[in-house]
Amino acid sequence: MQTMSSTDSITVDEGYDADNPAPVIEPPRARTGKTPKATRTNFELYGWLFMRLSGILLVVLVLGHLLIQLVLDGGVSKVSFAFVAGRWASPFWMAWDLIMLWLAMLHGANGLRTIINDYAQRDNTRFWLKMLLYTATVFTVLLGTLVIFTFDPNIT
Amino acid sequence: MATPTLDKVSSPGQDAGHLVTVTFRIRRFNPEVSAEASWQDFEIRIDPKERVLDALHQIKWEDDGTLTFRRSCAHGICGSDAMRINGRNRLACKTLIKDITEIKDGVATKPILVEAIKGLTVLKDLVVDMEPFFQAYRDVMPFLITKGNEPTRERLQSAEDRERFDDTTKCILCAACTSSCPVFWNDGQYFGPAAIVNAHRFIFDSRDEGGEQRLEILNDRDGVWRCRTTFNCTDACPRGIEVTKAIQEVKKALITRRF
Repeated sequence: MQTMSSTDSITVDEGYDADNPAPVIEPPRARTGKTPKATRTNFELYGWLFMRLSGILLVVLVLGHLLIQLVLDGGVSKVSFAFVAGRWASPFWMAWDLIMLWLAMLHGANGLRTIINDYAQRDNTRFWLKMLLYTATVFTVLLGTLVIFTFDPNIT
Repeated sequence: MATPTLDKVSSPGQDAGHLVTVTFRIRRFNPEVSAEASWQDFEIRIDPKERVLDALHQIKWEDDGTLTFRRSCAHGICGSDAMRINGRNRLACKTLIKDITEIKDGVATKPILVEAIKGLTVLKDLVVDMEPFFQAYRDVMPFLITKGNEPTRERLQSAEDRERFDDTTKCILCAACTSSCPVFWNDGQYFGPAAIVNAHRFIFDSRDEGGEQRLEILNDRDGVWRCRTTFNCTDACPRGIEVTKAIQEVKKALITRRF
């Protein structure tokens, strides 16, 4: 670590003086014309509540899912096309998987949206990361929903 | 010198048995000299029962007059001298040297690090631009809002009603909480703990009628929902305000008013 005695002055390495002042540092959070306007909606409130409520439901849904798939009845080795076809013959398990898919995807996407908002430094980075996130989320949710509803146990 | 001071009677070296040697490693920045900030060490002899602010005074008055920092009352009320001391936000005037360093044989074993609070633009040495902080403070309208005619006598309040927001009246606007918040570090558009604390002080005041407006402001994108409850603000507050609890109470008020 750099150590200087108290008598040393800070070295002048750029040669700034009254005629050649150091660059002015703009305050990073001055409110400008580009600052987003207030939205006056409850979106963030609903997002916050959704995270809590879906989290509670997901504990039950995901732990139940893992238990059935990986632990009970011989564990993961029993999972096959026939096993999935047998479960999805029942509307209860279709509903379980559908709700789990939607809640988990929206919960995860909202969490990542929060993280991107917190950590992305530049507006452009933030925008494109969120677009990538939304695209991936919509694609996965739609594909999963399509599979659950159009699943054909007699496929060849 | 304008300030009257006591002349020292004893010469240096006499009665100095209580003094210890402490190194202060201070983050220096002077935009007129260099665009880069750097650490500078000052080794001083000081009574460990003195405060960090006393050490800064000693350095400024006896070693290096260019050391720049804010202080006004020097007794923990004005909120001018919040700084990052050994990595934690504290008031220099409320931090005793003996509490933050280990002293062996009259010498502090480690240097004491002093730097400006984070998340705000450093203007020089330990002085930061507080304008974004006060902008957020002004945005939550920290003043009494009422409707109708002004009463002819004072606005009375029960002791219980006063107790409801007592904790958040203690704020001295030193910015120790807001500049310890990781969300604020990364995105200064977040109102920050201090502004929410001062909104809380009026939202839960039975005499005030602007609570709904303030809640509306804090319900927005950069309001209370960005709080991640890391408790940095509560740990940093030199007044012992339960900042995170106040933020949670505002969230609760928002939810109970909407449903």
